[in-house]
Amino acid sequence: MTGLRYVYAVCRPFGAPLQAQLKGVAGDPPRLLSHHGLIAVVSHVPERDFAEEPLRRRLEDLDWLTETARAHQSVIDALTVVTTPLPLRLATVFRDDSGVRVMLEEREEDFRRTLDRLQGRVEWGVKVYVENGPETGAEPAQKPASGRDYLRQRRMRARAHEDLWQQTEEFANGLHSTLSRYAEDSRLHAPQNPALSGVSGRNVLNAAYLVPRDHSEEFVELVDRTKDQTKVDSPGIRVELTGPWAAYSFAGEEA
Amino acid sequence: MTVIERREIALVDLLDRLLAGGVVITGDITLRIADVDLVRIDLNALISSVNEQVPSPWGELL
Repeated sequence: MTGLRYVYAVCRPFGAPLQAQLKGVAGDPPRLLSHHGLIAVVSHVPERDFAEEPLRRRLEDLDWLTETARAHQSVIDALTVVTTPLPLRLATVFRDDSGVRVMLEEREEDFRRTLDRLQGRVEWGVKVYVENGPETGAEPAQKPASGRDYLRQRRMRARAHEDLWQQTEEFANGLHSTLSRYAEDSRLHAPQNPALSGVSGRNVLNAAYLVPRDHSEEFVELVDRTKDQTKVDSPGIRVELTGPWAAYSFAGEEA
Repeated sequence: MTVIERREIALVDLLDRLLAGGVVITGDITLRIADVDLVRIDLNALISSVNEQVPSPWGELL
């Protein structure tokens, strides 16, 4: 069989079949490569896109990156239904099956340890945004009558904004420590860039929480309650929940 | 296992996880995406077309 091998995840053997319709990156259905009691979930990808040089170029193509990331995620999602996968970083590519087997052997102990740690857990993403912009939290500005008025209004707006900013930071810190107590583990991602996310407001908290699947419902309820409460108490602050994700943010060695 | 209704996942949320998370393995073909000059170049291009003041979203992770 020609082509390179794209590896999505490593898992323990599982009984259930993957969805029959499932397509991986480059449209090839993922298959299971079993070795030393572990399973690598692999699909064949063409050299014209995934050999080193073309891959380098491809990753600079946002449309291609998007399509590949979504395909990767759909395979991980399908795995999450039947097992607890250990997801690999995007675009982990080997020349052939034997390269994948060697990797499984070399990392066997790591994989087993991490799979044990993540077994039955999922990741939830929680983000906090603060609305920015001069209109936030301030009454519609009156037309300044004088230069001094203008400066005073501007100072007041700046102060209102600073207050909201500080309030948001305190809120985000409080929420993070509450959720961290609830979760088994947490990771902070860099705040997201509004130009990329396309959402309004400035992202001040972008966190991931590792939660046992069985406790997820309570975790979600906790976040939802906070979200509703915040809408009432602090209209300038917004809480968002994403998930459940496979434990991407916790797949590395423990921090 | 769907606890909340699944919506279309935002690309940024996905990239946070796929480019900064996941097990890092030195494959036969490994572009060290964590260090991604590659992706950053592209996303920077995208961003700078919107706002030149905005820093790279992954710069602080490195």
